[in-house]
Amino acid sequence: MTWKQRLSSAIPVILLTILTIPVIVGYLWIIISTFSTRTYGLVPVDREGKIGGLTLRNWAFLWEDKNIWNVTLNTFLLAVLLTVGVLVISAMAGYALSRISFPGRKAFLGGTLILHAFPSVTLLIAIYFILRQIGKIPVIGKGLPVIGGFGYDTIGGVAMVMVALQLPLGVWLMKGFFDGVSWDMERAALIDGCSRLRVWWEIMLPSIRPGIAALAIFTFIGGWGAYLIPYTFITDQERSTISAYLQSLQGDTAPVNYSNIAAVGIYQLIPVLIFFIFTQEYLLSIFSGGTKGGT
Amino acid sequence: MKVKLEDLSKHFGSVVAVDGVNLDVQDGEFVALLGPSGCGKTTTLLMIAGIYKPTQGEIRFDERVVNHLPPKNRNIGMVFQSYALYPHMTVFENLTFPMRLQKVPRPKMKERAESVAHMLGIGELLDRKPGQLSGGQQQRVALGRALAKEPDILLFDEPLSNLDARLRLSMRGEIKRLQLDLGITSIYVTHDQVEAMTMADRIAVLNGGVLEAFCPPDELYDEPRTLFIANFVGNPPMNLWETEVLQENGTYHARNKDLDVVVPPERGQKAAGRGQVLVGVRPEDISVSDQGAAGEVYIVEPLGRDDLVNVNVGRVNVNVLADPELGLKIGDPVHLQFNAHKVQFFDPATQQSLLWAA
Repeated sequence: MTWKQRLSSAIPVILLTILTIPVIVGYLWIIISTFSTRTYGLVPVDREGKIGGLTLRNWAFLWEDKNIWNVTLNTFLLAVLLTVGVLVISAMAGYALSRISFPGRKAFLGGTLILHAFPSVTLLIAIYFILRQIGKIPVIGKGLPVIGGFGYDTIGGVAMVMVALQLPLGVWLMKGFFDGVSWDMERAALIDGCSRLRVWWEIMLPSIRPGIAALAIFTFIGGWGAYLIPYTFITDQERSTISAYLQSLQGDTAPVNYSNIAAVGIYQLIPVLIFFIFTQEYLLSIFSGGTKGGT
Repeated sequence: MKVKLEDLSKHFGSVVAVDGVNLDVQDGEFVALLGPSGCGKTTTLLMIAGIYKPTQGEIRFDERVVNHLPPKNRNIGMVFQSYALYPHMTVFENLTFPMRLQKVPRPKMKERAESVAHMLGIGELLDRKPGQLSGGQQQRVALGRALAKEPDILLFDEPLSNLDARLRLSMRGEIKRLQLDLGITSIYVTHDQVEAMTMADRIAVLNGGVLEAFCPPDELYDEPRTLFIANFVGNPPMNLWETEVLQENGTYHARNKDLDVVVPPERGQKAAGRGQVLVGVRPEDISVSDQGAAGEVYIVEPLGRDDLVNVNVGRVNVNVLADPELGLKIGDPVHLQFNAHKVQFFDPATQQSLLWAA
């Protein structure tokens, strides 16, 4: 390689490095600050401003605040409910939209796309009233075990709202994956003796496994990090989620301990990171939108 | 099992895919549905399979009308062009899937799958997934899956189109032999006239959703009922040119400004006195000779056993199959002899044969 070639291959690397430095520095700061009393730039310092002052105080919420485990469990429950709900409905609706011709199919597809573009913030007040109404229904409203119910101030209610908001994306995605499965395979299964439901379950779903996995991961991560809707519709600390817990640390009156917030943030990030390492292969297939091979 | 189609039509919106087809398939018969793409042959097949519901007409298995019978209750085996194997199942699971749905007892299922696999030479592939097989092997598995369920009717939808030429040739023979041995009524869709000619007992030619002919291969070749069949069946295709048939001193001549062919009276008289007609002669019925119509070689395509020689006789252009040893070259002057006993005549307006009117 000549100097010129080396230089031309080095330039993109240098450029990209410069562009990513702010992000990398940000993450570095978060990690360092969780173990420091205070920081001066990226340098941990103690109260007098001298270098040092390393501490585990910021992580103390893990053993001092019992509510954190509650909140973690709630977040997990919410993410699982969201994932299951979105998957089941999207897989069925996507199949119907891909394979069955029924009146209003085109309008439905167009409608879901518009719904997806609708900012959920604008719906908050309306949803609030609906959840209040549901909350008045006995048992279903607020009396169910584990999820609490489907009304206001319950995990089930928040999950239901989030499922509804996630569905347009999920349905379109599933439809795309089903579109990629050959008609011949479905016909073969019908001739071999399947009912329509059985074709869906035994032939179609296994053929789009990568798509289902991708949507599941995508939705789970979305549910795990969700903030706006859980924060708006759950008031009870006992039932809130990690994101809402994070928000509660930034009180209006007391001085904010940013190192503590950073620690909780990393705590929230760890499961997602682990999850991502094992599933990134599937997650990437969401963008390829096909089921090549499928084995 | 006999299959009978009565006045069968299928409309997709305003498009008429199949238009009033009548077809009577005998028990154990091998029938090919032949036609160019978009002629409605696959639509017909899918109606027989029960995937599409006919817009009009009836489908009968033996004497029973099956129009509203769902596919799973028709006991049909079908082989697709794309094989349509289930990618997430092993070969064994693919073969046994239809039987599993029929709730065939396990030992019997295994026995049947193994015997079919053995018959098709895929016995050692049972544990593999379709993705690990070659096209030819996948094709055999697809055939095996259709056979293992012991169907009353076998349907083929261009099953050999995705195979390479050599494999296609050997599979053609194998399917034909298998069908003869098992005696299962078979309907085979293809756009390849060679496939249809070599395999089928009878060929149904479809064009634009209409059944043009339903007869044995020889008859289709020697007595084409319509201009479409004359054009479509035979490779290289039949030579056709406009001419007038005249009677002179007891002999019949198919004559135009450039070419004069003496034709036998039993054929000539049916075309005589009709003004302009289309005359058809197959390339193998024309030979290069010392005498006869004079022309000039326009192009030579060596086919190995023969040369396909394109000759201009005045403004008439004909293909001739010639012996390669003649060593014909572009621009050579040649004389052509016509084997007029096999000459065909068509009415240019109705496109129907003047000899074999239905």
